Amino acid sequence: MIDIAHETLLEMYRRMVRIRHFENAASDLFRRGLVKGTVHPYVGQEASGVGVCMALHQDDLIAGTHRSHGHNIAKGADCARMMAEILGKETGYCKGRGGSMHIAAFETGSLGALAVVGSGIPLAVGAGLAFKLRGEERVAVPFTGEGGTNTGNWHEGMNMAAIWNLPVVFVLENNHYAVSTNVDDVIKVKDLAQRAQAYGMPGVRVDGFDVIAVYEAAAAAVARARRGDGPTLLVTECYRLEGHYAGEPEVYRTRDEVKEYWRREPLARFRVDMTSAGLVADNELDAIDNEVQVEIAEAVEFAKQSPAPDPATAMDFIYA
Amino acid sequence: MAPTAERDSVSLGSAKPTLSSDLIVQVSPGVPAKELTYQEAIREALREEMERDPSVFLMGEDIGKHGGAFGVTRTLFDQFGANRVLNTPISENTIVGAGTGAALVGMRPVMEIMFVDFSGLAMDQICTQAAKLRLMTGGQVKVPWVLRMPQGGGAGKSIAAQHSQSLEVWYAHIPGLKVVMPSTPYDAKGLMKAAIRDDNPVIFLEQKFLYAFRGLVPDAEYVVPLEQCDVKRVGADVTVIANGLMVWYAMLAAKILAPEGIDVEVIDVATISRLDRATIGRSARKTGRVVVISEACRSYGPSGEWAMSAMEEAFEYLRAPIVRVTGRDTPIPFADSIEKGVWPETEDVVQAIRSVMAW
Repeated sequence: MIDIAHETLLEMYRRMVRIRHFENAASDLFRRGLVKGTVHPYVGQEASGVGVCMALHQDDLIAGTHRSHGHNIAKGADCARMMAEILGKETGYCKGRGGSMHIAAFETGSLGALAVVGSGIPLAVGAGLAFKLRGEERVAVPFTGEGGTNTGNWHEGMNMAAIWNLPVVFVLENNHYAVSTNVDDVIKVKDLAQRAQAYGMPGVRVDGFDVIAVYEAAAAAVARARRGDGPTLLVTECYRLEGHYAGEPEVYRTRDEVKEYWRREPLARFRVDMTSAGLVADNELDAIDNEVQVEIAEAVEFAKQSPAPDPATAMDFIYA
Repeated sequence: MAPTAERDSVSLGSAKPTLSSDLIVQVSPGVPAKELTYQEAIREALREEMERDPSVFLMGEDIGKHGGAFGVTRTLFDQFGANRVLNTPISENTIVGAGTGAALVGMRPVMEIMFVDFSGLAMDQICTQAAKLRLMTGGQVKVPWVLRMPQGGGAGKSIAAQHSQSLEVWYAHIPGLKVVMPSTPYDAKGLMKAAIRDDNPVIFLEQKFLYAFRGLVPDAEYVVPLEQCDVKRVGADVTVIANGLMVWYAMLAAKILAPEGIDVEVIDVATISRLDRATIGRSARKTGRVVVISEACRSYGPSGEWAMSAMEEAFEYLRAPIVRVTGRDTPIPFADSIEKGVWPETEDVVQAIRSVMAW
């Protein structure tokens, strides 16, 4: 029995669709040479970011990675300012100083998107520490992939959050690939939630294609953190349906493997599950599809029309 | 009086000038003041800032009851408790990263890494995260933290290659950081207060040999501004640029050379990064002769940057090539007999000054 408000269900779907369309648009711009640098699509992981962020309050904070377009959108960031950032425009969240890998909308609760794998984790631990020291009932959520859990950052951060009982929910999105390296080649345990045991915190593992399952598990972990009962490791089992970056050759996995996971992708899954349960109607979801399509087209247009940063400002923002 | 170290003594006939606190006087007569060590002065700054601002807290290994490896935080745990003085696991990278996270949400953490040599473990969080967050977020955030790290000559204690380095240039090379190293108790207190109040990540290096040095510190509240060189001695004939312990060597050399009629100006590069080139330039144009002294390794060390800055600011005024006196390009060896030989001595500074005066 799903006890989630109707509007919340629709908002979950809207944010997942937003991410999907945003990523497709960004990847398209990248392939056409309109985006410099790189784009790391979050396609396939929409239910993970949205399920977690819908369980958070506006003033709870998330720490992102090089693949955090989705995390920002899930937390409520504006797609036009996101797209402008990717195109290196002054109207972007980071005024074009960050780009795809560093988009961080602090006004909707980002703690930064840090593109060295694992490096955002200590920041979330520190934010959680500040919340605890000040007696605030806020929660910090570092996102990482399974690759990031082999870094010292992750292990040090898990330990520090555990010993101090900090309000942190460590979200481990197992998308199965760190660039080209499969999880089975670099992690011995099959159930990544077991890693929590080493730090004396609960580890929970959920189907990362199922936004409802992610949301419910995240809500429980967040509630626990807010109560002052300490951190949780939340493993969302998902899959990176696109390459490491948009247009990557993907020589390290088979088409069949990817095709198999496409059958489980979270948007179609949501539609089937929710309509068959009678919780939402097809036409409601269709309307959202159409609205988001327009929203993303407008975001692209806004980004294209926006001015690039003035070269005279190259030395701005180095020091406060 | 400052401790007299064997390696700092200079033979000069029957008189034997040594390092003593009267070489640098920063408090005018009549100003209410007390004598503190460099270590105590840092602690005073921490205490006063913690009393003034509830967002200031301390984090580091063994800094609680134990008071830190060099006793700097001693008594602060008892005064402020475990929520203001946090003993951490041995996790340098996450100590700094957690400090950054706390700073992003409005705290002002002061972190300690036991020796600067251990900061390699935190390099990612210092140089790749904290230093870059403001720029790569387009100014959405600031990172107001201080990272305290003892560094430099092993105080005659022979603590070997992994506890003795001088690494200010590691951090001075990274835009976004400020790097500070005080040379006196007065500066230690005033610069620490400025560092804590600054809205940027500040690397605060404490020269280990100086911890026991004594000096007058005013009773009244004061701050020593960051990003300024301090003229520790006004002179007409030669500019000596130094930092940390080397400032004392420069002052001692100046005292030794005064009877010879050589009037030395000593510039203390208290903030190493975003170098105060104006002060260096003004002095070099006045004296026309420059000697740079640094305890750090010679190659790609601070001495090169200081010398180049003096040249750029004052080329047409220079009457002699710039000479540098530096640590040698080697890991610091253990045995006392050879350890002594890798750092500059006051005698080296005296000779260098004489050599530029000979032009």
